[in-house]
Amino acid sequence: MLKITDLKVSYGMIEAIKGISFEVGDGEIVTLIGANGAGKTTTMHAISGLLKPAGGGIMLGDTELTKIPSHRIVSMGLAQVPEGRRVFALQTVEENLTLGAYTRKDKAGIAGSMEKVFELFPRLKERRKQMAGTLSGGEQQMLAMGRALMAEPSILLLDEPSMGLSPLLVSEIFHIIVEINKNGTTILLVEQNAKRALAIADRAYVLETGLITLSGTGEELANDERVKKAYLGG
Amino acid sequence: MSDKKKLPAFLSDKKYRGRLTSFSMVLIMYIVIEILMNTGNLSSLFTSLLVPVCCYIVAAIGLNLNVGISGELNLGQACFMSVGAFSAVCVSGSLASSVPDVPRLVISMIVGAILAAVFGILIGIPVLKLEGDYLAIVTLAFGQIVKSLITNMYLGIDEAGYHFSFVDNNVELIPGGKMLLNGPMGATGTQRISTFTAGVVLVVVALIIVYNLMFSRSGRAIMAARDNRIAAESVGIEIVRIKLLAFGISSCLAGAAGALYGLNYSTLIPAKFDFNTSILLLVYVVLGGLGNMNGTMIATIILVLLPELLRSMQDYRMLIYAIVLILIMLLTNNEMVKTWIQKAYLRLSTDRKGR
Repeated sequence: MLKITDLKVSYGMIEAIKGISFEVGDGEIVTLIGANGAGKTTTMHAISGLLKPAGGGIMLGDTELTKIPSHRIVSMGLAQVPEGRRVFALQTVEENLTLGAYTRKDKAGIAGSMEKVFELFPRLKERRKQMAGTLSGGEQQMLAMGRALMAEPSILLLDEPSMGLSPLLVSEIFHIIVEINKNGTTILLVEQNAKRALAIADRAYVLETGLITLSGTGEELANDERVKKAYLGG
Repeated sequence: MSDKKKLPAFLSDKKYRGRLTSFSMVLIMYIVIEILMNTGNLSSLFTSLLVPVCCYIVAAIGLNLNVGISGELNLGQACFMSVGAFSAVCVSGSLASSVPDVPRLVISMIVGAILAAVFGILIGIPVLKLEGDYLAIVTLAFGQIVKSLITNMYLGIDEAGYHFSFVDNNVELIPGGKMLLNGPMGATGTQRISTFTAGVVLVVVALIIVYNLMFSRSGRAIMAARDNRIAAESVGIEIVRIKLLAFGISSCLAGAAGALYGLNYSTLIPAKFDFNTSILLLVYVVLGGLGNMNGTMIATIILVLLPELLRSMQDYRMLIYAIVLILIMLLTNNEMVKTWIQKAYLRLSTDRKGR
């Protein structure tokens, strides 16, 4: 579904991504793990069009994404949940979700998507009239995910959904990610919490300072000595 | 079953309440002022301020759309008024003999509005692609450029057509022709065709445009882009286009306001729309509350009228003006003062109930 070949991204003189290739198959959960500054978020932003890559290709199905502006990528079925719970703080939960469907025109379909999001995140339904800025951290993360789902994407990019959340909430979020995947959405997950990410991933890649150093199934990597030592604390 | 009557949707919903307040405020003020004017109870000073107040309100509402809703600082709103004013004066001057007053005013205002919007969009396209306060810097510079340009512009019309010059006045006119723009002296001998009714209509039109935009899909997108640029891009909002829409409408309204302003005076100098005027407009917006159109209207009315009404106090008037500014700022924006007032109000109302 998503195929990245020899992707390079630079910030001015600094090459943040030095040519990486990976694939996300239909219906899979694929995770990119790595430490701070490995280039995870940069990769995400390059895929969703927020950054212009310096080289390489990004194919979504049969379409080359590198030449397409970010606002059109969403309507092609690729939605991103940006890092750090970026909700529209001064708008209500409902308005945030409506904005998630910004690229869609079918009113009935949008209402249906909103019902689905509320089913997935019942807490958002309780707070539908509340300002997004007054939600707790976990709820804001749920809202950011729900908002991305409003575009009915075929592939969802999640950037560090566990960041700054309590262990209990992290479990809940990961449970929901599996749920979203079961409903037919392919998932590309970027995480620092390698243990959790590898536990739900079909396949995984390890990103280190702009290069992919390891790859395999989630289970393989979780049992790999090098991964254990570097990311799983033992 | 509760017998409490439910408010109709347009009263209970926040977004309609603001609109209703605005329109009823404008309507009531219009009626009161018309009655006062027709019964001869309005001083000539006050009457002369009616049209300028309407102009400033419209320009400030436009500025609030750009600064409050779209979150882009603009330090040159007055120069868009200037573009509108001087183009309207030229249009009106050229059509003076052939078109009656009311349609001429409308045409001039439309031309002024469109020209200001074109300038706004031309500056906006490169600048709004950047993140940060670049628009403030560029509009600041644009204000100076427009002022210098108009200060050096000579435009005359006679039977042979338009005569234009940028150098000292070397425009030679056939007898019977007249100067539309006269360099540093600006526009002179303009026929005064602006009316208070036109001003009120313009305010209402501006409110309709701004409110409809604010509560539309595009309006929510504009606010989303203000609150969080990356998240807005991630849901597929085209940031530059949507910010350009807000900025274009903002400068368009300033242009229309400027046109009305220009046609309200027989002479108008380019220096009238300098940096100070832009800052004053920004003061109206900030004091009225970012994104709050009712507040903007009230702040504009008070702050335009105040220095004029205090004219009898001569040297002290700007001092009082400054004190009032600070007081409004404290009352509307200082949390401590606000809670103190709320507490005092609560105590008063419970005392009354206790008795």
